[in-house]
Amino acid sequence: MRFSTIGVIGAGTIGIGVVTDLVLHGLNAVVVDISDAALSKAETEILKNIRFAPMFSKTLPRVTREDALRRITFSRDLRNLTACEMIIENVPERWEIKRPIYEQLDASIPPGVCFGANTSCLSITRIAAVTRRAAQVIGMHLMNPVHLKPTVEVIRGFHTSDATVAQLQVLLEHLHKQAIIVGDLPGFVSNRISHVFINEAAFVLQDQVSTAENIDQIFKQCFGHKMGPLETADLIGLDTVANSLDVLYESFHDPKYRCCPLLRKLVEAGHLGRKTGRGFHTYPEA
Amino acid sequence: MNSTDKKAIREKIRTFILASIHVPDLMDDDNLFESGIVNSLFAVQLMTFIERTFGIEVGTEDLDIANFKSIEASAGFVLRKKTQPAAA
Repeated sequence: MRFSTIGVIGAGTIGIGVVTDLVLHGLNAVVVDISDAALSKAETEILKNIRFAPMFSKTLPRVTREDALRRITFSRDLRNLTACEMIIENVPERWEIKRPIYEQLDASIPPGVCFGANTSCLSITRIAAVTRRAAQVIGMHLMNPVHLKPTVEVIRGFHTSDATVAQLQVLLEHLHKQAIIVGDLPGFVSNRISHVFINEAAFVLQDQVSTAENIDQIFKQCFGHKMGPLETADLIGLDTVANSLDVLYESFHDPKYRCCPLLRKLVEAGHLGRKTGRGFHTYPEA
Repeated sequence: MNSTDKKAIREKIRTFILASIHVPDLMDDDNLFESGIVNSLFAVQLMTFIERTFGIEVGTEDLDIANFKSIEASAGFVLRKKTQPAAA
């Protein structure tokens, strides 16, 4: 199958990255979000990403603002997705938000169109169960910044068909990405491990064992990580990290996934990381 | 443009970088990218800051990591752009 237009639901950090990547690889995108403000911000960020992309990867093309805008449709209405060949959903990691979207999508999108659920935690089997196309629902955990990350954690739900896996692989190959296919239990591989690590770093900070700077420096300087755990949390978004931990806790009923109170407090204070200019660290406004 | 201008530009860029990156002994010539001090996300922030603060535009021909690899390189880039005649 050849793709030309992909539907993207949710114009947050990852949704913006997905659209950037699609446009940089010559595809069209229809972006749907419930918020005009989010769509407006997404347009600015997508154009900025596209403009600067060639500096970070010589294989990415130079796409003009006009060409980029010709390829993107911004909308608040899910019905504008009916002509898309695949849907990539990127709304927040909360079941009460995801569930009605899949019910509406299933009712309005032609049968045969696959749904890629971009989640780092929620069970793909559970998401698929609210649709009548469980074989065509597949998980894809995209990393930020999407257009610069060469690998995607792809999650096969209980009913996901071989044809759906193959179709997603065609799309990912078009985007010059590799899929690592894993099974379906909440958190999959990456977040089940990384969020325990991030959460424990937050506990270490809360217990005043060290500063946020030093906690991150230890992992960068001693372990050779590109980013420390608290910087990583700021990049993901502390609200997303807390939501993911809650999903893991509710799914496994294992206390090792309990969200650190300091992390929860920062979320409640509106310090969500890079996207708000402050999380465990502060970020100057660019 | 003279050395005083360049020094002022350097200081503005340094202040911006240090507000986000905790490297107190950052030298003007330290390579921000090779040393892993910053990543691509911060580079975009830096370029956006430079455009807004100094009233210049980073054009497609300027998208070379060498232009922003250090405080010194970034300040040199700003000076070159500010003294460049505007494109017709």
